[in-house]
Order: sequence, then structure tokens, then C-alpha cells
Amino acid sequence: MAGVNQRAYLVLEDGSVFPGRLFGAARPIHGEVVFSTAMTGYQEMLTDPSYAGQILVLTYPLVGNYGINAQDVESRRIQVQALVVREACETPSHWQAEMTLHEYLASQDVPGLQGVDTRALTRRLRHHGVMMGAIAVDETPREALERLRGQPRYGTIDLVRTVTASTPYEWEEPPRRRYHVAVVDSGLKYNILRLLRERGCQVTVLPCTVTSDELLEMGIDGLVLSPGPGDPALLDYLVATAKALVGRLPILGICLGHQVVGRAFGARTYKLKFGHRGANHPVKDLLTGRVHITSQNHGYAIDADGLRGGIEVSQVHLNDGTVEGLYHPSLPIITIQYHSEASPGPMDNVYVFDRFIEMLREYGGSR
Amino acid sequence: MDSPRKVLIIGSGPIVIGQAAEFDYSGSQACRSLREEGIQTVLVNPNPATIMTDEDIADTVYIEPLTVEVLARIIDRERPDGLLATLGGQTGLNLAVALADAGVLDEYGVKVLGTPIESIRKAEDRELFKRLLDEIGEPRPESETVTTLEDARRVARELGFPIVVRPAYTLGGTGGGIAHDMEELEHIVSIGLKASPIHQVLLERCLLGWKELEYEVMRDSADNCITVCNMENLDPMGVHTGDSIVVAPSQTLTDKEYHMLRSAALKIIRALRIEGGCNIQFALAPRREIASWALSPEGRPPYYVIEVNPRVSRSSALASKATGYPIARVAAKIAVGKRLDEIANRVTGKTTAAFEPALDYVVVKIPRWPFDKFPLGERRIGTQMKATGEVMAVARTFEEALQKAVRCLEFGGRTLLWEDPSWTEEQVRQLIAEPNDQRLWAIMAALRRGMEPMQVSLLSGIDPWFVEKLAGLVALEWRLLSEPLTPELLRSAKRKGFPDRDIATLADMLPEQVRELRQKWGIRPVYKMVDTCAAEFEAETPYFYSTYEDDPEAENEASALAGPKALVIGSGPIRIGQGIEFDYCSVHAVWALEEEGYRAIIANCNPETVSTDFDTSDRLYFEPLDEEGVRDILENEAGDGAPPASIVQFGGQTAINLAVPLDRANLPILGSSAETIDIAEDRARFEALLEDLGIPRPPGAAVESLEEALETAGRIGYPVLVRPSYVLGGRAMEIVQGPRELIRYVEEAAQVGQGRAILIDKYLEGIEAEVDAICDGHDILIPGIMQHIERAGVHSGDSMAVYPAIGLTAEEVETIVDYTRRIALELGVRGLMNVQFVIMREGGRSAVYVLEVNPRSSRTVPFISKATGVPMVRLAVKAMLGKRLPELGYPYGLWPKQGLVAVKAPVFSMSKLAGVDTHLGPEMKSTGEVMGIDRDFRSALAKALQAADLALKPGGVVLLSLADRTKPEAIPIIRRLAQAGCRLYATEGTAALIRALGLEVAEVTKRLDQGHPNVIDVIDQGLVDVVINTPEGSQTATLRDGFYIRRAAVEKRVPCFTSLDTARAAVEAMLVDPGHYSVLPLPEYRNGARP
Repeated sequence: MAGVNQRAYLVLEDGSVFPGRLFGAARPIHGEVVFSTAMTGYQEMLTDPSYAGQILVLTYPLVGNYGINAQDVESRRIQVQALVVREACETPSHWQAEMTLHEYLASQDVPGLQGVDTRALTRRLRHHGVMMGAIAVDETPREALERLRGQPRYGTIDLVRTVTASTPYEWEEPPRRRYHVAVVDSGLKYNILRLLRERGCQVTVLPCTVTSDELLEMGIDGLVLSPGPGDPALLDYLVATAKALVGRLPILGICLGHQVVGRAFGARTYKLKFGHRGANHPVKDLLTGRVHITSQNHGYAIDADGLRGGIEVSQVHLNDGTVEGLYHPSLPIITIQYHSEASPGPMDNVYVFDRFIEMLREYGGSR
Repeated sequence: MDSPRKVLIIGSGPIVIGQAAEFDYSGSQACRSLREEGIQTVLVNPNPATIMTDEDIADTVYIEPLTVEVLARIIDRERPDGLLATLGGQTGLNLAVALADAGVLDEYGVKVLGTPIESIRKAEDRELFKRLLDEIGEPRPESETVTTLEDARRVARELGFPIVVRPAYTLGGTGGGIAHDMEELEHIVSIGLKASPIHQVLLERCLLGWKELEYEVMRDSADNCITVCNMENLDPMGVHTGDSIVVAPSQTLTDKEYHMLRSAALKIIRALRIEGGCNIQFALAPRREIASWALSPEGRPPYYVIEVNPRVSRSSALASKATGYPIARVAAKIAVGKRLDEIANRVTGKTTAAFEPALDYVVVKIPRWPFDKFPLGERRIGTQMKATGEVMAVARTFEEALQKAVRCLEFGGRTLLWEDPSWTEEQVRQLIAEPNDQRLWAIMAALRRGMEPMQVSLLSGIDPWFVEKLAGLVALEWRLLSEPLTPELLRSAKRKGFPDRDIATLADMLPEQVRELRQKWGIRPVYKMVDTCAAEFEAETPYFYSTYEDDPEAENEASALAGPKALVIGSGPIRIGQGIEFDYCSVHAVWALEEEGYRAIIANCNPETVSTDFDTSDRLYFEPLDEEGVRDILENEAGDGAPPASIVQFGGQTAINLAVPLDRANLPILGSSAETIDIAEDRARFEALLEDLGIPRPPGAAVESLEEALETAGRIGYPVLVRPSYVLGGRAMEIVQGPRELIRYVEEAAQVGQGRAILIDKYLEGIEAEVDAICDGHDILIPGIMQHIERAGVHSGDSMAVYPAIGLTAEEVETIVDYTRRIALELGVRGLMNVQFVIMREGGRSAVYVLEVNPRSSRTVPFISKATGVPMVRLAVKAMLGKRLPELGYPYGLWPKQGLVAVKAPVFSMSKLAGVDTHLGPEMKSTGEVMGIDRDFRSALAKALQAADLALKPGGVVLLSLADRTKPEAIPIIRRLAQAGCRLYATEGTAALIRALGLEVAEVTKRLDQGHPNVIDVIDQGLVDVVINTPEGSQTATLRDGFYIRRAAVEKRVPCFTSLDTARAAVEAMLVDPGHYSVLPLPEYRNGARP
């Protein structure tokens, strides 16, 4: 019978094995193994639907220090397949804390592995690229590797459909309603909704399968295409929706939503070697020359070469030059590859929401 | 913006509490950073023991006092077009403001680079800063600035007690404190008003118990902002951050809290328009009650902004070393107009300075307090900083980092297992409740005695997260004590940072046996890199720390360096007796090794230093400098071959203490052998050696009992100099006048000496001289002889010294050279050696005695290297590697005298250390030193005194209180003072003497219980400018009168001379006309000698 503190392994598809001890739920699982360098915000990351299908490795070694609270959730459940850390705190301390990290993972049947040399693991992923992996519980690493080989790969599954809202719902009414905005939920974080509400938006959340006609019929002032998990190349239906709405509604695309818009304008997307996951990513705004520190979580990026239809790159990643934002000189569209809603991460980029509101105002005026 | 052509950089001057080696690190980095940009640099700093004053760091170096007048002369001569003021600590900042106020900058068209003067004022002036925070809507604790005691009383009545007092524009919170009642308030405010150069203090709502956080923020001229890191103080609000145990990054903040404060920090740096680095401190509500109180009525955020340092600070140095992000280097480039995204991140070689470091480890900093030297000092800590230095440790768990940091402290060999055996329950509670240097150990003791972690937390205000971790260590101690030591248990203990020593104590074995078990079971540390990015990018930095992973096959990122290499063992934290000079030597040793084709590896644990900069050595191990830490490094560097040799000569007593353990472990030492070191330090062996050579030393003996002590002293005659063996900085050394004192001393020494012998020597009150020599195994080079201004009996680290020796005869000089040569060769010295002599002249004959020989670098090496131009450390290292001095272009014997005079003066931090007696004696007390150079002795002396803040002014008011035995000698000094128009105050006996000389004097009583004004009153009321007080004997009881006088002087920041020799020199120097002394770049003084 598997239990807490039992020895277990993370096995990567290249055969490398990282020993550790179980916490949370004791059950075998598999997924794409990715790392984030954010030093705080484990609860936000655990509940970020963009991590669906992934085993999340945190590079900061002490996790769970301030426990789990009722406020810092970004979706209705833990979204990661499993959490891998060097040390999970058993004695958290914070006045908001309601349970330990272990209790939280256990309550939602999500396994955790601790005692892992997460730095060596991260170096491996950086060097060889992200790969599939399995948590081996009550089985040898070899058996786990065999099991892993029989599983579908991360990039072959449309994970958006597994995390999207099953039915439309309304977010809390803003105190002073100025606009009505629809958010297509590909795996959104609540903080997007909170920030829109703070800016006077009535927010309606819609499943990812919503059609452009349905959206147009709602009489909304603008549309947000949310972040979400998986390979954007699998999302032709979302791309079609976006394409049909370009120029007809102000659009804000965030992360996956940005990639969807990019595809709608003809660009190809490609997989990054080890992605951008963390709270310290510098992004340069090509229009202002300013550098912003951003919160990121994405494994794919847009190839700017294929962009057609007058859309332009507005922001690039300072380290590797990848596309971080698009704007259109004549149409009401802005997109960003990073998470302006932060949570976790720096609040430096909430101005993107202000810009979106500005766009709603201008577009509403001219309509 | 146009880049400047030539930039003046102001250094921070001598090391004092609150302003230590971190500014050598920042200044050196800035000089190099500007040079990379093709900008000429002119540097001013009177502190010779700094890398920044090396002639190859800046283009032009001035070792001159930091005064407006001197700087104006330098500006006139050099005509810089830019001034960089934010890298020289508070001293540099204050001087920049003073230069601007004096109109010097405008007159010469010098532009202040980086952060504008206006921003500095806004951040430093309490009132302006308050206004700024109100404007941008950032919360600040309710407070008011006052300039009088009366206003202070009114504000205190409004805000209620306790209340915080903070003087404006002072270092390390000098003169501040927390007042609990009106009487305390009056006391602190009156000191604070005096300490503040603008006579202003801030009274503020007390936030005792709130979490204290710091953010290091950078901003460029294009308004790009980043935070380098945040840090959490383990000690909550109420303890100065320099005296707090600090962790990086924060451990107990949620993401929302972390970024709420980060956003506030960015808002503030933008509002201040800082261009460069800045440090912002916050108080954060720790508990629900407070957080909701703060949150509730007007919806205010649950934090307060406490303070901003608009410059590179001690915290910036810590943040730089904690993250790998070179703050000073980047700040310098921003100051000359570069944007963050235009500055390369040299650590990764790929990214830029526009990012925020991600840590994948935990950093713990612990302050190093001087209470091992000042056992009578007030050990409670608060808003006024008392630590002289600090240590930093890096690891992958908090417990491991903390225990490593404790090992780095070198505080009497204490680990976390230490407890004062005399502690009662009540004392332990008190030590936990009132912050002090022993609190961490008291908490451990309480937990061992069964106190609940939550109770410790309530008592101390320390977040339960930290206390629970400590409780976990206590639980593991119990397991080690009660269970058989298995591989699993040993590995768990190592992963939580237990040193082999403690595991051995608990498991009842020898440390060496624990080490053998580790070898047998494959439990070895692996080394991980500090790379700024949590392994996200490949990094090129050679900066490593050790940790223990669970997996015996865990990855080790520091595989043994190839080729010839050597390990330089650093000097650890700055403390009294072991200052920045040893870091200077370590860095030069690294450079010398590199010049000789060696890969230089350095081990050190002091985050303030140049030696721990990421680009100083080929490889840096940030590790405790104890036997375990260094042997682990050497084994790691051995790889499959032989371990590299270690250099122990440059890291002060820290490194030299490792010679014997390394030798015992068959690990090679470069330079003088462990045997040589042992002979020099072993009393009996050294005496035998001198006897063989026919070289005299003061008679004396090493004794182990009271009987022996009394017998020896009786035989050689009082006064005698007594001290424990194997010490540095003259610890627990005294001049003893008679048997009663000797008995007391022996009893006390039994406690600190830990069973080691006591040395008793005849005290010879002669001229003291000192040499540093380089020996290549064949012969020696002596760059210069220094003569002490004070007679023997004052610790060499506290005495003023002059180069060249001004009063020695040719014969005496010859004898000194001869003795030094013979001792060096007989001892087998390879490298550096320091010898101290005392010269007794009687009836036209003189005798030279050897007092002490240290076969290692001494604290005077940087001073004498700079005075003579002989690169001593480089020559020494090359000699160790087998080169002969003539091969290196240097002759044997005494190096020719230079055409300059250099005077070294000590600098004390006594105003920070309540309860410590300031009189000079055989125990070292100074924290730093300055150098005055000129063509003639008096001018050099005047400049040294000025730089040390000891200068007298003609026409000033002098208070004298002299011991009877010193009165005859004082007469000429008194006459000179009167001639110079000084007004004299004196206590009873001294006043009688002055009247008898026919001079005018105002008498004040030293009997404090017999009416006012007494001697303390006239000091307190600011009526005197200087105090001359010679202590009566050295008995505790007779010292007491003088003690109050000296403390009063210190607290009023009035120079106080306790040696007539120093006073005589100061009176001499007073007569030098300020226009008379030179202000020249260092080499020009020397070149004067050989035109």
C-alpha cells in the first residue's frame, strides 16, 4: 500500500531517474515534465489550467511555506498532473493558511514527489528539452518507463477541452458596470476575471466551443481569448472563431489566446525547447523601448514569419527574441504571450487590461 | 545622454560599524565597470586596506581625507565632468550633498551621475520622504520630525509609547533607539539630535513585531525597473536590519504579499527618479488581527514603507552575492546612461541586466557582533547597528543554510549546539524576548528544554515558520543522541546542515570518525552553482556552494579544475582584529596565482568583500572556513588526482588556524609550513629558537597555573603583560601592575582561554616598531619599517604608526633588519612575515627586543604596500611558488626609503557600542584604519587625524583629566594647547597642575554625586571639543571614573585621547596650516623620492 514518505521516482522518457519521497496522493501518474522558476505562488501555479497534462517541477527548493489559503486559487481545482519539489513544508505559517500543501494535494488526489534534486532535473530538461515523464509508485523505474511509453504524448491531446467551462457562467457583477466582455475559456485563470471586473466589466465566461455567431449575438463590447494548455496547432476550431471575429469585436488574446490570434493571421506555432515558465521574464515593448518583467507559462510560440493581414509584432522576449505580443495598426486587437494577470508573478503588466478597456471605449465610440 | 569622460568616485573611508567592506566591493566594481565603458576614473579614499585604492583599479587614486576642502582641491586638479556618489556608502552620499551645497559642483561643472542630488535629499530627509510617500499614496508609519527635545515630548504624548527615534543622515541608525517612556525618550532624542548632521530626528509609531522585508531595486534613465531580490528578516521589526538574521528570498510571504511589496518598491523608486540601485524596507502585518486592522477601516494595505536607501548599501552587497546579480557594476553603468537591457549579464553571458534573478537555494545572513571582544558591552540589539560584519551561507534547505552560517561566524567555535551552561529558565526567556546576539542559541536552548515553538514565536515575534524549523533541528538532535548512527540518519543530519563536529558530539564519537563514516557511506556534499536563473540558462559563473542531496549519485556541478591550481583561504567575517585588510591580501593572492599560470580558487563566506565577487577568482566556493568545509572543497578539487595546495597566509587567523588541521590530514600548504607556523605560535619552541639565534625578547614564560603565574611575574618584575596563547587582536590581553590584578586575570583567563596556557612577559614601555617582510627561502625583503606613535602597551592594531620610522638610529634599523632576516631563515618562512619589536634606550645605549613574530600577512601589509609601492602579496605568492626575489626584480634587504611620510591611524566605532570602555590598551578595539600621506611628518599626521575624525582645532576647548603618573609628561602638551589658544577644562588634580603652570583653567569635579556642573555635564552640554583622559592603572575599579568621562565623550562624538603619545601627535598636527598639506595622487608622493 503506497503512502506518504514512501520512496518513489520520477522517470523521464530518456530513461533518467530522479528518486524522491511521496506526499499528497500516492498514485502513479504521467505527463509532460516542465519546470517553473517562480519563487512564490505555488498555489496559483497548481491551479493554473495551462499546466494541465504536465508534471510541474518547481526550481525554488522550499515549497508550501505559507500553506494553502482560500483566496489564491486560479481555477476550480488543482490542474497539474503532479508536483515535484525539493522540500514540501510540513509546518507552514501564514495567517491566511488553511491547510498544508500535502493536505491540499491529497484532498484532490494529486501526487507530489519531494526530496528530488530539482536543480539536476531542471538542468536535464534545459539541456535536452522538456519530455514526458512518470511518477513511479510501487513499481520499478523500468516498469514506469514501460507504462509511460504506452501513453499518448502531451502534444497530441486537445487539453483545452478538458479544462474549459462546461457551461457559460457569469462572474461577479462589477460595482459600476461599464462594459460587457466575454471570455472564451480555454483554461483561464480567475485573476483575469477579477481584473476585468475591477475595471467595470460585466464578464461572461464561455466554453471553448462557443461559435463566433453565438458571440456576436450576445451584444458584447469585447472578447478575451484566454490562456490554456497544450499545442495551439490542435485548436483549429478556436482559430476559426477568432478569424470570424477579427475586426468585428475588440479582442484581447492572452497566452494561448495570443497564439490562436497569431494562427488566425496565418502564423505557424512551434514548440519551445523548454518553454518559458516563471515570474521573471523580460519582455521588450518594440513601440516604447521599455522592458517589462512578466509572468510566463507557455511551451509554444508564434513564428512571426507567417503573419499576414497587417498584424505586427509589438513585443519580444529579451532573452531569446521570441514573439511576446501582437498589435494591429488599424483593427482593435492586442495580444500578449505572457500573463498580464500575474498571479503568480509581478503586477507590472496589468496595464494591458487598461489598454483593452481603452480599446473597448474607442471601438464602442466609433461603432 | 552623453557619457562622461572622467568620473570622480568617492569611497566610504574607514571601516566602521554600519559601513564595512561592502563599499570596497561596490567601489571596485564601479571603477572596473566604468573602465569597460572607456571612462577615466578618479578615486578618493583614505582607507588603504581596500582594493579600490589599488593603482590598477582606478586611473588615478587619491589616498586623502574625505572632506569638502580636499575634494574641492581634487576636483580643481582633475577636472572630472562626472561625480559618482552612490557607491561610497552614506559617507559618499553626504559628501556629494555637501559638495553640491558648497557650490563646488556648479563651479567646476561637475554633473552628479545616476541618482540626482534632489532624489538623495528626498529619500534621506525624513520630512521630504514622508511628503513623497503621501503624494504617491504609499503608507508610512505615523510620525513627525523634530529638532528640539520639547517637540519630541509633545509628539510622544500624541503617538504614545513605545516610540521609535531615528536621526536623519546617519550611518547604521547611529543615535537611534526605541523609547518606552518619557525619560528614555529624552535620553535617546538628545543623542540622536547630536548624531544627526542636520540636528533632526524622526519620532515614529512603533511597529515592533511586524515582519521586516527589504527589496533591492534597480532603475535606469529610461524608467525600466527591476527588483534584484527581496529579503526577509528573521528578527521582526525593532532590530536594525544590519543586526538581523536575514534570509533571501522571503520565506513566509504569499505571492500576493511578495508582489504587493514589489509593486510598491517599483512605485517608490520611480517616484524618487533614482538612476541606479536602491534599497527599500517594509513592515508587513504578521497576524490576522493586525492585517485585518490595517485592512479594515479605510481599506489601507497591510504594510508600511519604513526606509529607502537611495544608493548601493550593505543590503545590496548581500543581494548581489545572494543572487549573483552584480548590483554595483550595473548601477555604475546606469549612472553613465546605459539602459538595463543594454548591459550584459556576465553570469549567463546570454541574457541582460534587465531581468529578475531566480534563486533555487536559500541564503542566510547572520551578523557578526564584537561581543567576544567586548564582554562588558551591552549585548541587546535594537535600531542601532552593532555588528562589525556578517556571514552568508547558501544551501538548499533553510536549516542547512542556517547551520552553515553559524559555522562561518567563528564566534568562539560555537555551533548551534552551544548553550551557556549557566542559563536559567528565566534568563533563556529573557534572551528570547529581548533581541540580543545570543537569541538564536537561547531559542535552541528553550526548544531543547521543551518550550513549545508557538510560545517561542509569541515571545520573540519571530515567525513560527522559522521556529518550527529550529524545533525540527532539536528533534533531529534527539535522534542523533538516542539512535544508532545509520547511513540514513547521517544523511538526514547532513541535509539539515549538522556539522560533523555536532554529529560527533551527539553520537559520541570523534569528528574524524564521522568523516570516515561519510566517506564509507558515500555521503559527500555536491556543489551547485549560483547562476542568477535557477538553471534556466547555461551559466559561465564559477560561483559554487555545497549541499547534500538524497541521491548518492547526485550531480556535482563543480568538477575538479584542470591544470595547476591553488586554494586561497579567505578571512571570513569582518570583526575586530580581522578586518578588510585580509580580504585585500586574499584578492592579491588570487591575482598573483593567475599571473603565474595557476587557476586560483577562493573559499570565503563574507558577502561584503571583493574576494567573493563572481569575477575575482577562477572559482569561488561560498563556504564556511572550518576544517570540514575546507577539506570538503579540497577533496572535491582533488578529483581523481591529488588535492591542490592551500594558501593560509592571507586569511588572517581564520586561515592560519587551518594550517595544523590541513597538515594533519596530509593536505599540502603553500608557503610557510604548518611546522613553521607552530614554532612561531608555540611559546616554548619560539623562545628556544630565539635563544639559539641569540636574539633577545622580554623575559617571560608560558604558565598553566596561578602559582606558576605569580612565581614568574615575581621573578621578572611588574608591570607584566599577560595574555592567553594562540590569539588574534590581543584578545583578553592586559598590562598587570601587581599580584592582586594577576590573580583576577588568571581566574578570568581560565574561562576564555579554554585550558590553554597564559603568557606572561615583562612589560617594556619603549618605542614599538614593526616590519612586514617577504622571505623567498634564501633571503628577505623588508619594504619598510613602521614606528608606532604610542609606546608599547597599546595594541599594534590600535596604535598610530608612521612610515618610514622617523626616530630610529641607523644601528637600530640595522639590528631590526638583521633580526628579521635571521628569524625568517631559521623559521623557514616562505612568503610573508610580520615582526614586532620594542626598543629600549637607556643611557645612550639601546636594545632591540623581539615581541612577536607572525609568519603570515599582517594587517599593515596594504598600508606598507601602498606607502612603498612594493606589491608585497604578489611577491610573497611568487616566492611561495619557488621564485626568488631578484628574479622578480626586487633586491634583498631593506627597500629604499620613499620620499613621503605615511601615517596610519585607527578608527573606532565606540559610539555604537554602549558599555564598552574606549581607552587604548593591549586589547584591540578599532574597527578600521585610515592613511595620511604627505611630504613631511606633520602634514601626513594632520591628514591621518583628519581622516580618522580626531583632528584638533586651534582655539578649541579641551578637557583634561590625567592620571598622576602621566602628569609630568603632560606639561609640554598643556603648554602647547594654551599657546594655540585652546581653552582648558580639567578635573581637580589636573586643574591644580595647570594652575601651577600659571595657565588659566576651569575646574570641574569628577565626583558625579557632588553637585553640578560635573565633568560629565560639560561634555554632555557640548562645551568641550576634545577630551584627554589617561586612565589610572588598569584595575577595573580605578578605571571607573575615567570610564564615564570616556563614554560621555564617545556618545557626544567628541574625540577622546587616552594615550599622551596620541594626544601629543594631535597637538603637533593641529599646528599644521590646512593650506600647507598636499593633495596628490598616491604615486606622485612616491615618485618625489626618485625624480
